[in-house]
Amino acid sequence: MIVAERKPFDEIKEIIKDKKNITIIGCGTCVTINQTGGEKEVAILASELRIAKKLDGDSVNVKQLTIQRQCEREFVEEISQKIEQADVVLSMACGVGVQTMAGIYPDKLIFPTLNTISMAFPDKPGFFKEMCIGCGNCVLCEYGGICPITRCSKSMLNGPCGGSRDGKCEVDPDIECAWQLIVDKLKKQGRLDILTKIKPAKDWSSSHHGGPRTLIIEEAEI
Amino acid sequence: MNKEMKSESNLEKLLSRGEFVVTAELGPPKGANINTIINKVKILKGFCDAVNITDNQTSIVRMSSIASAIKIIQLGMEPIIQMVTRDRNRIALQSDLIGAAALGVKNVLCLTGDHQSFGNHPSSKNVFDVDSIQLVKMFKDMRDEHKFQCGEEMKHPPEIFIGAAANPFADPFDFRPIRLAKKVNAGVDFIQTQLVYNIEKFKEYMKKVREMGLHKKVYILAGVGPIKSVGMAKYMQKNVAGMDVPDKIVERLKKSKDAKEEGINICVDIIQEIKEIEGVSGVHIMAIAWEEAVPIIVEKTGLLPRPKP
Repeated sequence: MIVAERKPFDEIKEIIKDKKNITIIGCGTCVTINQTGGEKEVAILASELRIAKKLDGDSVNVKQLTIQRQCEREFVEEISQKIEQADVVLSMACGVGVQTMAGIYPDKLIFPTLNTISMAFPDKPGFFKEMCIGCGNCVLCEYGGICPITRCSKSMLNGPCGGSRDGKCEVDPDIECAWQLIVDKLKKQGRLDILTKIKPAKDWSSSHHGGPRTLIIEEAEI
Repeated sequence: MNKEMKSESNLEKLLSRGEFVVTAELGPPKGANINTIINKVKILKGFCDAVNITDNQTSIVRMSSIASAIKIIQLGMEPIIQMVTRDRNRIALQSDLIGAAALGVKNVLCLTGDHQSFGNHPSSKNVFDVDSIQLVKMFKDMRDEHKFQCGEEMKHPPEIFIGAAANPFADPFDFRPIRLAKKVNAGVDFIQTQLVYNIEKFKEYMKKVREMGLHKKVYILAGVGPIKSVGMAKYMQKNVAGMDVPDKIVERLKKSKDAKEEGINICVDIIQEIKEIEGVSGVHIMAIAWEEAVPIIVEKTGLLPRPKP
């Protein structure tokens, strides 16, 4: 799923500086599971804002609302009346949600409160490891189910580099060396010979390097 | 041009007739100061057969490898340009190689490169369009197939001697000879290894390399270098990925009266042992920020005078 983290409070406070009527909108899907932008987090941010403003001797009117998904027209279009009075809408969704809202309500100020991080997997509670960067041409079958493009810091297709030590990446000891994982996995599967072949240079045009992508699924078109 | 030679570089000529070669390393300046290059060449000239110029090593911005190489050629030494894949894509890499070759550069070392987080510009984007093995193949295809990476024909291919690095000490240890084989299959002509301090482990690696017949397909130069101090030895032990510095080396430095002198002696001893290992065709001396040590090491190891190509 997409994971994000809450921006520092001071940054959010700065974003809504002179505004009086604020509506915070949470998202019920990825960021709820990720515990950064769901109903609970909306309530927390709302309290933080009210308290901070009070301490400044200022007043603010904060409304709270969470919808199923901010990246779907259906759910976003339903709330038009609810945000009518807002001077600013703080979205607690990922970047996709914020932009969906901003696109459907072009006359409203829609600001983000989260920093979207990645497409990740919760290895253990609270630990979200980036797994996929959406290269557009999945070759996981060739690497024992471990993506070298995402999980190797240098996106090497013929790794490892010389900086792999004790199964860790030279960049950060908390990052596992993807190539150690790949070698171990393929060895276990008796498929290490796959790695003796040279993988040619990747065609990056299917990835974001080829430009922002629009995916068309014909069966879903109306 | 000798049909069998790929570049007719001095390095290639010496290796092809079985000489035990010596290469050294030169770090370019962090500014537009050509005198640094001039002074370092003065120190190294006559003590090595070719000299590597690093490419923004450790992701710290320095004068470019190719620019430095042009000056070095003018000063009468033979450069080995280093090219990392961290900062440039296949378009720039091929372009730079053609330019370098046109200006007389004949040796290139292909590396993936240290991650930018190590250097002084950690907020930069990285490239890594290709990795070191793909880079070797790309340059080999330019030289021998006369083709750009996209498949298009090229009229005037670069005549270069292609090198790559090998790290016998990094993990996964068992996989390293297999990775070397990949570089050989990609078309590499010569290899320079990471610094060797653990001779036993290096011998183990070379045994595997010989078993795979790789020593007959590629010239292998063992990386060596003097350690200046106990502090430096400990730092290398703990903080540098892919470096294996045995405790007995640290002990030797600790017990010595002059660590610098002992560091040089240790390097000389290692070179003497390396000379006896079958399949090793030379040494690559990396005296980081201490180029003055190179002439001393070469002389003490009995590797003077350097043979004429």
